[in-house]
Amino acid sequence: MKKNKPRKIVSHDVIPSVMSASSHGAPVPPAERILRFGDRWKYAPAPEAPSDLKLRSRYELFIGGKFVKPSSGKYFPSINPANEQQLAEIALGNAADVERAVKAARHAYDHVWGKMSGRERGKYLFRIARLIQEKIRDLAVLESLDGGKTIRESRNIDLPLAAAHFFYHAGWADKLDYAFAGRRPRPLGVVGQIIPWNFPMLMAAWKLAPALACGNTCVLKPAETTSITALHLAEIFAEADLPEGVVNIVTGAGDTGAALVNHPDIDKIAFTGSTDVGKRIAKSLAGTRKKLTLELGGKAANIVCEDAPIDQAIEGIIQGIYFNQGHVCCAGSRLFVQEGIVEPVIRRLRNRLRSLRVGDPLDKNTDIGAINSREQLERIRSLVESGREEGAEYHEAPCELPAKGYYHAPAFFTGVADSHRIAQEEIFGPVLSVMTFRTPEEALERANNTPYGLSAGVWTDKGSKVFKLATQLRAGVVWAETYNKFDPASPFGGYKESGFGREGGKQGLAAYLQID
Amino acid sequence: MRVDQIMVEERAALFAKRSIKTTAKLEGLRLAFSMLDLTTLEGRDTPGKVMTLCHKAMHPAQERYHSGMVAAVCVYPNLVRAAKAFLRGSPVKVASVATCFPSGLSALKIKLEDTREALDAGADEIDMVIDRGAFLRGEHDRVYDEIAAVKELCGPVHLKVILETGELVTYDNVRVASMLAMQAGADFIKTSTGKVSPAATLPVTLVMLEAIRQFFFATGIRIGMKPAGGIRTAKQALQYLVMVKETLGDDWLTPDLFRLGASTLANDILLQIAKCVDGGYQSSNYFSLS
Repeated sequence: MKKNKPRKIVSHDVIPSVMSASSHGAPVPPAERILRFGDRWKYAPAPEAPSDLKLRSRYELFIGGKFVKPSSGKYFPSINPANEQQLAEIALGNAADVERAVKAARHAYDHVWGKMSGRERGKYLFRIARLIQEKIRDLAVLESLDGGKTIRESRNIDLPLAAAHFFYHAGWADKLDYAFAGRRPRPLGVVGQIIPWNFPMLMAAWKLAPALACGNTCVLKPAETTSITALHLAEIFAEADLPEGVVNIVTGAGDTGAALVNHPDIDKIAFTGSTDVGKRIAKSLAGTRKKLTLELGGKAANIVCEDAPIDQAIEGIIQGIYFNQGHVCCAGSRLFVQEGIVEPVIRRLRNRLRSLRVGDPLDKNTDIGAINSREQLERIRSLVESGREEGAEYHEAPCELPAKGYYHAPAFFTGVADSHRIAQEEIFGPVLSVMTFRTPEEALERANNTPYGLSAGVWTDKGSKVFKLATQLRAGVVWAETYNKFDPASPFGGYKESGFGREGGKQGLAAYLQID
Repeated sequence: MRVDQIMVEERAALFAKRSIKTTAKLEGLRLAFSMLDLTTLEGRDTPGKVMTLCHKAMHPAQERYHSGMVAAVCVYPNLVRAAKAFLRGSPVKVASVATCFPSGLSALKIKLEDTREALDAGADEIDMVIDRGAFLRGEHDRVYDEIAAVKELCGPVHLKVILETGELVTYDNVRVASMLAMQAGADFIKTSTGKVSPAATLPVTLVMLEAIRQFFFATGIRIGMKPAGGIRTAKQALQYLVMVKETLGDDWLTPDLFRLGASTLANDILLQIAKCVDGGYQSSNYFSLS
């Protein structure tokens, strides 16, 4: 028996002593220690079956419980980003349509919804939640067609969460009087809601469910590139017998949104989208009586300490930045890795990137789908270009991208400085910026050194460190040992230029109530 | 390296969601079949039982299914000689459990003697157990030394080290034990004896695959993986293959580096292969039990 062998279990990719392994061949030299993800066993295509909800060639506005033609008579195309083909035509709503929609909402508020008991409102919301749940698969297919997101995510995350938001808020509808001890909550009236293209159905649910539970009526403007599922949601409202005018949907682009924001009979605007547009909305509402909540951009720090469970942290990093092609406002787009573990982390990240499956969003085995629009793809490319020009090292998954459609390979930058554009600006795509730090205090300081403050992540096996960092990170959501987890009971929202107001939980109700 | 329980279980669950259809399914089933360690480890095993098992290993189903042969049969040391005789001339290997399987709670010299018996009888592979009691007491050196001693005895014969993860309980323990076994000279690390529940699970296998990955990055040596126990359906077998493919890559998709230890799995794989080939399910009576 040989004694006194060093047998330290080291946490890095260095192992001081190994018994001579006679039955193994010669060890692979260091430069070739790469995992090969090739064709040894190829997955056959696994396309999701078509939706039972038929795509219509033309989608109208939903006002006063009916589908109506836009007063402009104009329509704009909705493109499938996975193949650049037109899916349908969407009505272009203008100020006159917004006027009609707000009028219908006001009428419904004054005569039906505002007077209805919470218990009755709750019944409608439960019914809507159940209907969404029944149609999850069909709605998920449409969501993936329209937005380019993978069916894996739309079916397992977006749609179930959308239903969960209606269920959760249905439960609040008759309990509002007890939610804020000693105070009396009342609805605000008519709310205008503008949602982004990254989670069309989920954002509609985030906005509509609490507003309706609290007794408000709504005018919703979906994003220009992803209007289709909102109009199928309108059909669900009709199927649930939701009184007409309680929810109105006006599709269109920026001008339509501006008309909604500036309409005098709106009591509140809720906006989720870019910080630029959010600032413009805040300016135009200044001095009016309208309430405002904003959920804007982010540039979240995901901090991996050297005592983290590295293999699981890698999965968290992947979830954090490549979830929904990186079109996530709370994406963990700035990765801070403690210097002692930079090599094992980068090595694993690079290998992991090569096992991601990029392509057809409707294939059940696709991990990364299509970029939402040509415009967004170009924005991502230009930021990648700037990162290269500023001297950061670019690593891209060597995957084959489909010839047609808007795709970007998952990628990350190393050697990124805090002053680089890719460390400061929201890329909103599958591109990660990796930075290193020496002490948790340094990570904290640099993580907070951003105009944004939507979310952050912390990876360490040490509980006390989690709490120390989480309490000092200036971000609305801090995930520890996980990333991009959402729940209707958990309030979501930003610090600083990531916005104000919360969505979800009891805090989210307050955004749709006058609490006396 | 530490392991986070929630994230590792979440990751493992994702592999089970891959959709393996048509050509990929048939190819995967055949691959899984070629990685089987067809096992009988009962107190009542006899040469007669081993004979039927060996025959099944070599001639599992009708020719037209092209199922190939399994990788090995796995038996107790006393039955190695019989198995070798029945398998003579075929590429199917004989694996023998050893080191006072399944508990491993005997003196090292007896464990070595047990191993020597199996080797002398002609075993191509040794499946040893670690002393879980020693591991849980913190006597990692002792565990290491015992594995090293058995490996020394085995020489070029492949050594699989059974961690019995169901008794180590935590993923952190599994990770430490995996590294320990690989450093001490294991050619394969294996989850379970099949005598303790839970046996192999997707998350525990993932923890071990990640340890194998770390070992490869550090040393350039590819260690094999063998989940054993509790894998009964072809669907489960494909989930394990997906996990290996997406965690360690193509190089591990071979019986040289991945095995499935099971007794009843073989027939479910054969039934599924038949379904892919014929387009409909066969009666299980068309396939011999063992």
